[in-house]
Amino acid sequence: MNIHEYQAKQVLKAYGAPVAEGVAITSADQAEAAAKQLPGPLYVVKSQIHAGGRGKGKFKELGAEAKGGVRLAFSIEEAVAHAKEMLGNTLVTAQTGEAGKQVNRLYIEDGADIARELYCSLLVDRSVGQTAFVVSTEGGMDIEEVAHATPEKIHTIAINPETGVTAENIAAINAALELTGQAAEDGTSLFPILYKAFVEKDMDMLEINPLIVMENGHLRVLDAKVSFDGNALYRHEDIRALRDETEEDAKEIEASKWDLAYVALDGNIGCMVNGAGLAMATMDIIKLYGKEPANFCDVGGGAGKEKVAAAFKIITADPKVEGILVNIFGGIMKCDVIAEGVVAAVQEVGLKVPLVVRLEGTNVELGKKILNESGLAITAADDLDDAAQKIVAAVA
Amino acid sequence: MSILVNKDTKIIVQGLTGKTGGFHTEQALAYHGTQMVAGVHPTKGGTNWTGSHGETLPIFASVAEAKDVTGADASVIYVPPAGAADAIIEAIEAEIPFITCITEGIPVQDMVRVKARLDRSNSRLLGPNCPGIMTPDECKIGIMPGSIFKKGNVGIVSRSGTLTYEAVFQTTNEGLGQTTAVGIGGDPVKGTEFIDVLEMFLADPETTSIIMIGEIGGAAEEDAAQFLIDEAKKGRKKPMAGFIAGRTAPKGRTMGHAGAVVSGGKGDAESKIAAMEAAGIRVSPSPARLGKTLMEVLKG
Repeated sequence: MNIHEYQAKQVLKAYGAPVAEGVAITSADQAEAAAKQLPGPLYVVKSQIHAGGRGKGKFKELGAEAKGGVRLAFSIEEAVAHAKEMLGNTLVTAQTGEAGKQVNRLYIEDGADIARELYCSLLVDRSVGQTAFVVSTEGGMDIEEVAHATPEKIHTIAINPETGVTAENIAAINAALELTGQAAEDGTSLFPILYKAFVEKDMDMLEINPLIVMENGHLRVLDAKVSFDGNALYRHEDIRALRDETEEDAKEIEASKWDLAYVALDGNIGCMVNGAGLAMATMDIIKLYGKEPANFCDVGGGAGKEKVAAAFKIITADPKVEGILVNIFGGIMKCDVIAEGVVAAVQEVGLKVPLVVRLEGTNVELGKKILNESGLAITAADDLDDAAQKIVAAVA
Repeated sequence: MSILVNKDTKIIVQGLTGKTGGFHTEQALAYHGTQMVAGVHPTKGGTNWTGSHGETLPIFASVAEAKDVTGADASVIYVPPAGAADAIIEAIEAEIPFITCITEGIPVQDMVRVKARLDRSNSRLLGPNCPGIMTPDECKIGIMPGSIFKKGNVGIVSRSGTLTYEAVFQTTNEGLGQTTAVGIGGDPVKGTEFIDVLEMFLADPETTSIIMIGEIGGAAEEDAAQFLIDEAKKGRKKPMAGFIAGRTAPKGRTMGHAGAVVSGGKGDAESKIAAMEAAGIRVSPSPARLGKTLMEVLKG
């Protein structure tokens, strides 16, 4: 689960991390009052959307010359003018896709005098099975580009969960970021704080880009991007409350209510599959035969008839979908349950596009019988190859 | 021969009294008499579990007690996510040599904690978020459908459950059969990696070829490919076919499995496929042609 920058900073601030003062607003009327709460004279007006690259992003409605999604203001009036121009418009960044995202919320923040920009993130390093700091002196840039061009400038420091952040770890991070004096002293308290927040709140990713050294020598979290481990949300009511459903795909929200693993994509062949690997492989084979999948959908192993029907309805409700491929290899999942779910959903919402079904595994004969006797226009397939070819041919 | 499990493996079930654990224990008992010997439940020790066909197993209050009484050398875990990490740690502390965790949805930080404990032990953990392990006609641990297996000489290792079934089904249809099929699981932090299983398949005289199925996320496939290259230099090499799921997955999105995500410019399908091919694995572009691809490799 992703959250906004201003929410991420509130979470980190509660742990004692140094963040600037700031106020989130949802209408331009609130901009003046918000800016007046800050010390000034420098303000930063930041678009709050769940996508990176905001600074370099462009507003669709404003033309190419207009400023991006993160703007400096040297007076309250200028901050208000920016807010008026940005709110409600659509920001297109490298991460939003061409459609962009509507900016419904801004964060007005106290500006800072920046001496150095650094990169600091935490994630779980799977190669060692530990939480790790990934740091670089090359802050404020696309870290993927830094990793590609100058991998030696990226340092990974894994933390043993049984000791937490040690003095040695801190020394290694400070050295990697070339922090000295006041900044190193700030790092000594900041890095354990970040680790504690990451572990206690079950974060999936905590990225501070940039972490800045200010002219006065102190460290400050200038930007923060945080996502959480969806499997741990059950034990964090406070974090669940930060979810912003307006940032998510409506189909994905509906799918999450049914505990379905669903990802909306851009193609036109809808897929319903059991198992994440097979669901990805089904997308891949559609592409192999020349078409694009409209979604990833894993109904899981223990799904009942109702959940299958819900998944089928979400897929058919997508206007892009011109054909549907159901691919089931029943292990725990029984083929008759899938068949019953599909038949029930079709009887309720109708079937306006071609449907190819491939069933294999547990109770396969019973499943095929249910589909045959339903009288629905379903094309049966012998195996995955056959299924993919049939649906691609039906949509072509 | 097989790897890790055979007809002598004695298994206790953590989470037997739940619906999933009960169902799959019945299936295991019905599969060539897999030796499921006991269940564990903290408050139901001393009672008996009864399956839907009248099967019974004793329930013990702890893994340690179940192991002492039954001589079990393996455990399978069906405990729900919130309690699964503690169940694994209990099995590690009871010194169970081989632990399989089926549970999907365990928080990553819980697995970080488990991994640290595991590293200080002599136990092997398979999973979590995996379908388990099967040695045809001998032992079924987990949720794989027994009917598609056939005793033979292909070793199968996979991050995905249902793609394991595809590989098993296709090698059965080709008449090859399997020595052992191992699902290592779709989580980012897990007990057993590709390299561990490949080492065992290389060492097993009856395994004469291998299918390896990976997916996007992490670098385990690249690590495995390097391992195979290094072993081949020592003269240890077996014919292999492979598949990588997720070529069409968008960056930054988690595809069902917690570990299946291309992030920070790492873990994409193409680099995995390239690494595997460089290690001599014939990578099938289609998940429907795993068996056929392996046959082509074997025919040379």
